[in-house]
Amino acid sequence: MSDNGLTPELMLDMYYHMALARAVDDRMWILNRQGRAPVVYTSNGHEAAQVGSAFALNRGEDWICPYYRDLALVLAYGMTPREIMLHLLGRADDPNSGGRQMPAHWGHAKLHILTGGSVVATQDVHAAGLALASKVLKDGRVSVAYFGEGSTSQGEFHEALNFAAVHKLPVIFFNENNGYAISVPARKQMAVQDVAARAAGYGMPGVIVDGNDPVKVYEVVKEAADRARRGEGPTLIEAKTYRFVPHSSDDDDRAYRPREEVQEAKKRDPIAMFETKLKEQGILTDDTLKEMQQKIKDIVNDATDYAEKAALPDPATLGDHVYGSL
Amino acid sequence: MAVLSYLEAIRETLRQEMRRDERIIIYGEDVGVRGGVFRVTEGLQKEFGEERVIDSPLAEAAIVGTAIGAAVNGLLPVPEIQFADFIFPAINQIVQEAARIRYRSNGTFHVPMVIRAPFGGGVHGALYHSQSVEAFFAHVPGLKVVVPGTPYDAKGLLASAIQDEDPVLYFEHKAAYRSLKGEVPDERYLIPIGQADLKREGQHLSIITYGLMVSYALKAAEELEKEGISVDVLDLRSVRPLDVERILETAKKTGKVLIVHEDNLTGGIGGEVSALISEHALFYLDAPIMRLAGPDVPAMPYAAPLEHAFMVTPEKIRDRARELAKF
Repeated sequence: MSDNGLTPELMLDMYYHMALARAVDDRMWILNRQGRAPVVYTSNGHEAAQVGSAFALNRGEDWICPYYRDLALVLAYGMTPREIMLHLLGRADDPNSGGRQMPAHWGHAKLHILTGGSVVATQDVHAAGLALASKVLKDGRVSVAYFGEGSTSQGEFHEALNFAAVHKLPVIFFNENNGYAISVPARKQMAVQDVAARAAGYGMPGVIVDGNDPVKVYEVVKEAADRARRGEGPTLIEAKTYRFVPHSSDDDDRAYRPREEVQEAKKRDPIAMFETKLKEQGILTDDTLKEMQQKIKDIVNDATDYAEKAALPDPATLGDHVYGSL
Repeated sequence: MAVLSYLEAIRETLRQEMRRDERIIIYGEDVGVRGGVFRVTEGLQKEFGEERVIDSPLAEAAIVGTAIGAAVNGLLPVPEIQFADFIFPAINQIVQEAARIRYRSNGTFHVPMVIRAPFGGGVHGALYHSQSVEAFFAHVPGLKVVVPGTPYDAKGLLASAIQDEDPVLYFEHKAAYRSLKGEVPDERYLIPIGQADLKREGQHLSIITYGLMVSYALKAAEELEKEGISVDVLDLRSVRPLDVERILETAKKTGKVLIVHEDNLTGGIGGEVSALISEHALFYLDAPIMRLAGPDVPAMPYAAPLEHAFMVTPEKIRDRARELAKF
């Protein structure tokens, strides 16, 4: 075991979740192109940042407030591929929303994944609020808001960081900076180079980490979570990463990114890099990998079949859950 | 039973509820040390400490947004928006988040919280300290919108709002804070949200209203009584949900309806109440439904003659009611 607490088994499990997320993601795009899924939002390229951070948390106990990019995150947090596919296809048993929200609007009460809307940065203040309750109730939980760099232009990003810092709340603001807010590059989003630089303005640490390295991400999130649990307040983490495919199935990134840039970025594919590293360390063998890939294939096939056969919501439920009681 | 002002009734209810339920926290701008700009929360920080009565940063979206998170994680937040006019920076958090979290999560999450905000004019508050904003929120399924008109109702409705499983907007008329006084029982009691109250019984016409206008309508009704016109005064108490049953009951009984609110006429609650009566009680009516409301100007001006011209007053209510009675 290394100093950071990551055992070979945990590292292998991290790799598994990254590869699983990529496979689920790929399948969703196929379903979309076949006309079987109306829309897909991807986590392709972000797997290391998301899975590494999830493993640093007390999964199912700490709160996460994801955004639409976070497929790999919610998988690592305990959502099953079947549940993901139920959500993608808007089935009645979708635990995220029962078929009410469009895909990638995660939320799972039992797993402590807070439901989110589509307006970006709203979840940042929710995470601060969850942490406010943790501070008052002394429940030992940490909350994490996940967001893209584009959303840091929103007022609520600022409001959340400021509120959390003033009240020293046990919260982590985890930015997945892939350089683009759909088509708009980061340089048109902010006049500073790094999102993390903004932390100084709030009186909290700002940490930049290689978002393509799950172990490094794990380490910084672990440190931030420990800090939060000690009552020392929030941390802003910026995981530098890249999105390898368009923003969504309705986007065409050729309009705003040269192919050379994408090809260059793919040389640092987090899954390939982690695979090499684990093999070098003797944690992953060719046989284990082959076995794992077969398992993933089976799971993805099962999830797809399961969700496609699952019932759609009954129109009679349209008016359910507007109020608890009236 | 003590005689309390509308403001005191709200404060004492907050105190009583906070004593019985440790999950309740209050926060907002100036609510702690200062006890709020109107002193509604005066003394509460002293009694309950800085962790439960929090002076928050001056940012409305964060006040409401963090209340959502705190509610999900086990607290019962009662955030204050200092003036209803300042609620708009938080409107996305209220309308697209708080109101819809239960629905969008298929009932797996819900947001129990009460957003308190002083509203209304007649106090030289001008464009940004006088508005009535209830109609914006009454349009939104998932929200409940409460507007008490008496100290007694202020207490029972606030206790119900705090106990409610869903987000409730609780609008307090700032001109009512110290001008309205009434008997308020010491013990805790609940007034169900969505139940209108017939504040005065009459035969010739109905005034349907809420908030500060309830006391104004009662004054008007008293004067009209001397002229031989007797008036039903129905206090809606909440504008979402509306008490359809009692609205139709009074309309059918008198056959003449005057709807009164301080909020702008167009798109106001009056339109909805009027539509309900038209749909369900048209053939009981003896006159067209009449509305008396704030004029369709952006907000209430500052200078006294302009402000007075905007405000609905007991005299204006009396005159319109008389007109309706004579129809």
